[in-house]
Amino acid sequence: MSSFAKPLKIALGLIVIAALIVVPMNFNRYGLFILSQWAVMAIAAMGLNLTLGYAGQVSLAQGAFVGIGAYAAAIMTTHGWPLPAAIVVAIGLSFAVGWVLGYPALRVQHHYLAFVTLAFSTLAFLVFRNESWLTGGIYGISNIPRPHIFGIATNKPLPFYYVCLGSLAIVSLAVWWLIRSPWGRAFMALRENPLRAQSLGVDTRRYTLMAFAIGSALGGVAGALYAPLTQYIDPVPFNLSLSLDLLMMVIVGGAGFFLGPFLGAMIAVLLPEWLRFTEGYYLMLYAIAVMGLLIWSPTGILGILDRHLAERRTKAASALRAVAKSRLETAQ
Amino acid sequence: MSNLFDLLVAGLATGAIYALVAVGFTLLWQTSQTINFAQGEFVMLPAFLMLAAMHAGAPFWLAIILGILLSMLLLGLTFKMLLVDPMMRHGVLPLAIATMALAIGLKEAVKQFFSAEASPFPSIVPTGDIAILGHNVSLQSIGVLVLAILAVFGLTALLNRTSLGHQMQAAAQNPTVARIIGVPVERMILLTFLINAFLVALASLLITPIYLAKFTSGEVLGQAAFIAAIVGGFNQVRGAIAGGLLIGVLDNLAAAYVSTQYRAAVPMIFLIAVILFRPQGLLGRAEERTV
Repeated sequence: MSSFAKPLKIALGLIVIAALIVVPMNFNRYGLFILSQWAVMAIAAMGLNLTLGYAGQVSLAQGAFVGIGAYAAAIMTTHGWPLPAAIVVAIGLSFAVGWVLGYPALRVQHHYLAFVTLAFSTLAFLVFRNESWLTGGIYGISNIPRPHIFGIATNKPLPFYYVCLGSLAIVSLAVWWLIRSPWGRAFMALRENPLRAQSLGVDTRRYTLMAFAIGSALGGVAGALYAPLTQYIDPVPFNLSLSLDLLMMVIVGGAGFFLGPFLGAMIAVLLPEWLRFTEGYYLMLYAIAVMGLLIWSPTGILGILDRHLAERRTKAASALRAVAKSRLETAQ
Repeated sequence: MSNLFDLLVAGLATGAIYALVAVGFTLLWQTSQTINFAQGEFVMLPAFLMLAAMHAGAPFWLAIILGILLSMLLLGLTFKMLLVDPMMRHGVLPLAIATMALAIGLKEAVKQFFSAEASPFPSIVPTGDIAILGHNVSLQSIGVLVLAILAVFGLTALLNRTSLGHQMQAAAQNPTVARIIGVPVERMILLTFLINAFLVALASLLITPIYLAKFTSGEVLGQAAFIAAIVGGFNQVRGAIAGGLLIGVLDNLAAAYVSTQYRAAVPMIFLIAVILFRPQGLLGRAEERTV
């Protein structure tokens, strides 16, 4: 990253943030809904990126945690609780369930772990659908209220978009801090070489469970925002395909890169919308685009950038070497 | 008790189809570490290829042959060359994600170019009931069971009795050594992709008359095949067969005796239990842990 000067990176980041605040101001209702959905999915994908990208634990259950968060928020806010309280409960609940789901990861790895989490995802969906005394069953829960933040009502699309964006900012800062803390380094040690990590005194057992629990908790946060965003939830959006979509976002964006989930969520949420003009073909084109991208760069979008930067570094280094060599020769 | 007997026969028949799909799934995993998330859609597509051939005026038998050949071309050769070959050396996960995208693409393509509605599909075995041991059993279940068992026996004979089969197994177990002793590993991998395409086309032919041809019909089937493959043993063909039959029976019994609402939960809980307590599968060998 040496070729990207630090002030330049900060300036670029500020421009993107300013654009995210200013540009949507004259968007219509649908545009704001899609953009809010992007922010919510980016939060969920960031959680999965912690579990998968940093700690190396495959999970096909992130969609279930979004569901747990969404149902917690929907049930509590329709019973008169404020949204922040619901978010806290959503975090606590998904953290606890995620912790328990982490136990299989202590026994099995890779594709086996993927299938345990896949089974969990289906079980969670069945509970959402069948326990109608709690979740409203297939009829779902409607009239989910949107919160008042600092006394300002967020019923209109624009204020609620800012709620989503603000939450995304808070989560991003927390994750940024986490991956730079000793915890983040322990997660990466777990991914790179669990045996070595253990021999160096990292409590791999605890960090594996933590990676699952924290990643799942972020899924819960996303769910708790999803419920007031759509104001109506039923079990269908939280089936296995949401978990698969979130996994796709992480891999397509670039697993293990901080900005990966933002780009991945952009591809998964916004690209189909941009392709809408092709009518019936839009999801087909989306699928072809994802396959093409992965064939081109299996490490995702940020993998391309990473490779490009590495190439430039090697070129710069070899140019320096060539200059030094020619100088040596002329000196002789 | 007659109820139980009927459930067992029906369960074995669907289980035999799951087994076909699961065997193909494990073959791809063994030879090329491909976790094919589009395997269910691979079963959905050939039925539509056959229907398209019939709409073009081909008789049923010709449509079947065309459908099987086309699916070997598309789901075998093209799938391997365009998607698997470029991604194989980059690890399991990106390829698995690419097959998820492929599943979306196949579903949408069928919905767009064929129909979003369910279409009826002719059965290759006669319908009606026959009496076995004093029970009326549907001929279709028996026919499906017999054909699927024949296919599985044919495949095991190919793998275990012929030189070609031995070469395929060698290529799967240790590609490097296989290459040294002169096994054309690349060709063997291609062959497993063609066999998988043939198996899914056969499964499509057998299951579509029962559940109708619909673009979403692969979703449930793909999951059942995954579970069957893992429960039986991810690295064993005969494990996948046992897993398929077991899941088919379990699914049918769960629907009758547990609850229709939580029917799908029973195979899942079984799957979790197997992975946690016997991760190599009921019949599988333990895989060595790579450090």
